[in-house]
Amino acid sequence: MDCGADPAGLKIVGMSSERTIRIERDILGKNNRIAANNRARFLTDDLLVFNLVSSPGAGKTALLVRTVSELKDSRPVGVIEGDQQTSNDADRIRATGVPAIQINTGKGCHLDAAMVGEAYRRLPPLKGGILFIENVGNLVCPAAFDLGEACKIVVFSTADGEDKPLKYPDMFAASSLMLINKIDLVPVIDFDLAKTIEYARRVNPNIEVLTVSARTGEGFAALYAWIRKQAGNQRRPVGDALR
Amino acid sequence: MHEMALCEGIVEIVEEEARRRSFSRVKTVCLEIGALSHVAPEAMRFCFAAVAARTIADGAVIEVVELPGVAWCFACSRSVEIAHRDEPCPCCGSYQLQATGGEEMRVKELEVD
Repeated sequence: MDCGADPAGLKIVGMSSERTIRIERDILGKNNRIAANNRARFLTDDLLVFNLVSSPGAGKTALLVRTVSELKDSRPVGVIEGDQQTSNDADRIRATGVPAIQINTGKGCHLDAAMVGEAYRRLPPLKGGILFIENVGNLVCPAAFDLGEACKIVVFSTADGEDKPLKYPDMFAASSLMLINKIDLVPVIDFDLAKTIEYARRVNPNIEVLTVSARTGEGFAALYAWIRKQAGNQRRPVGDALR
Repeated sequence: MHEMALCEGIVEIVEEEARRRSFSRVKTVCLEIGALSHVAPEAMRFCFAAVAARTIADGAVIEVVELPGVAWCFACSRSVEIAHRDEPCPCCGSYQLQATGGEEMRVKELEVD
């Protein structure tokens, strides 16, 4: 047995201060607690929140610019933008007249729940509306961090390559909807839509799929119908959901 | 590099536990990491050394208990083991799987002084 020396230099022969303590704590526990608080606040405010994730350049911002421009007259809409640097994306959203808060993560590769909670406090009231969170362009890290959203939407561009869902399975597993953007490019590039969907459903059999073009507006009516369905699901009383 | 953020989370947990249970040195941090979780054990070891420097966990060794990926196969109605999310059911080849275990990222125990 070790003769332990405690920090005060006290030595007790035959006794060691060394011990093993079981703690069983989730590494993401703190983020998850803050995310739960955000979620409760969003529900109180009757706000539908989507967390948009993708690789850089898949067209999240272009997609949001069109979406918020077309939805803003029917309900309150706000955007939280996450990037390592610049306020370019928030500027593009604000140009549509929709409020946007830019979070610069500096060296950080993802948004976390605390950042979103703080950004939400700075937005004007959006009661009964929709909040879009555009995460940092990165198909790896944002998958792990719950922000309090209703669901994650993974934006995938036809130029990304069909096997992205296999290469970055965590993100596709964490998302409820795969939004395939730049569908207008299909005639000029080699893109296999069926293969992409097959790969995505290998890692997430329940993932829904929609195809859109942020440039031409193709497919957005279906996207808005999907958003309305999510709003209905969120508002449905618990009793109804169980029936 | 979300591993850095996760390691910061581990150091925060260790510091909280140190205040609560009054210890002043951590020799080993034992983690449970699932095969379907968001990190690779090697990446955690690498990042932890950097993040823990000049904290109570400075110099602590990371031990990892790797937990298997477990999924429910809807085709053969049973629980199966998978190593990756894009793997089919080892019994019937179906991809109709729902992960039920292996997503853990936990601090299991600490060896302290």
